Amino acid sequence: CPLSTRCCAPPGAAPAMNCRAEVLEVSVEGRQVEEAMLAVLHTVLLHRSTGKFHYKKEGTYSIGTVGTQDVDCDFIDFAYVRVSSEELDRALRKAVGEFKDALRGSGSDGMGQISLEFYQKKKSRWPFSDECIPWELWTIKVNVVNLANEQERQICREKVGEKLCEKIINIVEVMNRHEYLPKMPTQSEVDNVFDTSLKDVQPYLYKISYQITDSLGTSVTTTMRRLIKDTLAL
Amino acid sequence: AMDTDLSSQDRKDLDKFIKFFALKTVQVIVQARLGEKICTRSSSSPTGSDWFNLAIKDIPEVTHEAKKALAGQLPAVGRSMCVEISLKTSEGDSMELEIWCLEMNEKCDKEIKVSYTVYNRLSLLLKSLLAITRVTPAYRLSRKQGHEYVILYRIYFGEVQLSGLGEGFQTVRVGTVGTPVGTVTLSCAYRINLAFMSTRQFERTPPIMGIIIDHFVDRPYPSSSPMHPCNYRAGEDNGAVYPSVEDSQEVCTTSFSTSPPSQCVFTVTKAHFQTPPPVVTDTLKVPVMGLAFSHQLSSSRLSYQPAALGVGSADMGYPVLFAGGLNAAHPHQLIGPGKEGGVPPIPSQPAHGTQADQERMCTPLDGVHYSAATPSSSEDTETVSNSSEGKCGSPHDLLETIFVRKVGAFVNKPINQVTMANLDIPFAMFAPKNVELEDNDPMVNPPDSPETESPLQGSLHSEGSSGSSTGNTHDDFVMIDFKPAFSKDDILPMDLGTFYREFQNPPQLSSLSIDIGAQSMAEDLDSLPEKLAVHEKNVKEFDAFVETLQ
Repeated sequence: CPLSTRCCAPPGAAPAMNCRAEVLEVSVEGRQVEEAMLAVLHTVLLHRSTGKFHYKKEGTYSIGTVGTQDVDCDFIDFAYVRVSSEELDRALRKAVGEFKDALRGSGSDGMGQISLEFYQKKKSRWPFSDECIPWELWTIKVNVVNLANEQERQICREKVGEKLCEKIINIVEVMNRHEYLPKMPTQSEVDNVFDTSLKDVQPYLYKISYQITDSLGTSVTTTMRRLIKDTLAL
Repeated sequence: AMDTDLSSQDRKDLDKFIKFFALKTVQVIVQARLGEKICTRSSSSPTGSDWFNLAIKDIPEVTHEAKKALAGQLPAVGRSMCVEISLKTSEGDSMELEIWCLEMNEKCDKEIKVSYTVYNRLSLLLKSLLAITRVTPAYRLSRKQGHEYVILYRIYFGEVQLSGLGEGFQTVRVGTVGTPVGTVTLSCAYRINLAFMSTRQFERTPPIMGIIIDHFVDRPYPSSSPMHPCNYRAGEDNGAVYPSVEDSQEVCTTSFSTSPPSQCVFTVTKAHFQTPPPVVTDTLKVPVMGLAFSHQLSSSRLSYQPAALGVGSADMGYPVLFAGGLNAAHPHQLIGPGKEGGVPPIPSQPAHGTQADQERMCTPLDGVHYSAATPSSSEDTETVSNSSEGKCGSPHDLLETIFVRKVGAFVNKPINQVTMANLDIPFAMFAPKNVELEDNDPMVNPPDSPETESPLQGSLHSEGSSGSSTGNTHDDFVMIDFKPAFSKDDILPMDLGTFYREFQNPPQLSSLSIDIGAQSMAEDLDSLPEKLAVHEKNVKEFDAFVETLQ
């Protein structure tokens, strides 16, 4: 994708200045990876999604309604709230699924990280393409553990559940700081700030990427997945 | 001039925002404790009625309770809106789990834009609340409610009261929003020493009498449910007694299980003291639901509920009450007043104290029509069997009325008072009948020092309830009564503690006496060589066995 090399920082690079970065770490069993990641990502996106904007004349707009729903985890004693949007859920599940597969794949020692980055697009004049300026970066470091027996698994269910509760509290703390958020855009600018492609909710523009560490501790597989629908062609 | 003052429009908007924020906060919290998964839909077209752009349903009763509690006021400095979440077992024991506090502090942000920034931040705060309500221990408990316990809520406005949460409670901050008139703060204080007993504990123990939860709004007998005015803990009404005021604990659901009577039950006899007691509690509500639930609630375990003395906020202090001053550790004192010739010893205390307690207890008993509940709840609810008698004269009368036999699920028996004569209990002979047995036991007969306050009591007492301190120093502590498993019928409060005390000095087992012990030891030593030889012979077998294990 032409955009990837020009627009955004390569994965693993330090976030740009003024980009808030938060790191969370979890140790989970293989089968808990998906649910744990979804729980964290959905919780972040719950806070970073609004209702759909409807612009009216005179530059005013109204905002749609965001519904929420409870999600119970099957492999973790845990439940979380996510935005009621099947599209969004699908997108996250896809990314998390790929991450999980990569973690399981050869060359992996069970360690990796998945990142959720919120960014703004800054339009540039032709021939320069738009810039993506990240303003918030969430990184979840994952360590997959292998358990020997059912008893350990049961304990793990509970422990991971408790850990995730802590993570949720951490996320909410960050959200509560009311730090930088992109200004509410005018109609012409809305696609530079929000992902307007979903039909029921409007998250801030985001992208998800992940890295797997191999047993040597180096970053071997780096995959960037683009989840924004529009790409700029040049 | 500096335009730092809030325009009147802004002020109006702000007040409205805060009001609706408070109402939505209550909805989110209560809905998160109903025990079911919540699901609302997103809607891209604004409906105009979804406050803060979030789809949060409004349960009418909850809004009603919240508005009642607020009584037209808004959270302000020193005036917080609190939602108290507590757990109540089928036995009627209850425990506060969480207090959610919506507070206002003085720190103002004059620069902030009301209609835009404040509104959006309040929306964000509600989202945080949605997330946080799922991660405190009470969430998991509430999802598993039904068979053994219910989760109840209570809204009050005024000073935050955290003493019911036990020691070492933890706090989580949900968030804050600065406004030109102050900073809105939302936080939760939650009990932690239930964490161990959370879902695991309840899952392991066999179910107690059930209190299943239907959906909150589908109460089967709305017309028969008594009103639940909110219980204001604002502190302005110190000393007032609300005989007819019940806790506004809303039982989130009602139904019933057929599980057999109690096995190991974790109960906490709470004796923290707060500002004045509604003596009549929501136990009225529950039975009136018209289910056989009423049978189950009888608390023949006779745990002492000093509701007359202002038991704490979860005053589900069912009216299983005794004249004030009886030590909860020895509820057996109360048995068979006068029937077996034994008189339940009532620790001497200043007459006025006792009298006051009795009065307080009488009132609700009088005022409540247990038997007249609904047709389907034909059996009187727990405890107060002969409440219609409404005897308030002597302590004996009260005791008589209160002692109830617990019956099993769906048992179609009227709950009668049971006396010693009727009890078919093991160790009946040990059930104290005579005063002499207990006279010497200081635990049973608290010494005559009504005015002394134990340090514990001092810390638990709120300032206003001085009237309740008479002669009850020994009761002002949190106690945990464990009901031993397989205890026969819970009529007799022969608890484990009593049992131990009775059997603390059994005769020594003969095998433990020195002579015999030495003998058998010598025998053992002698036989060792033989045993070794046998094992040697079978070494191959052992090895093969070990192989299979590896």
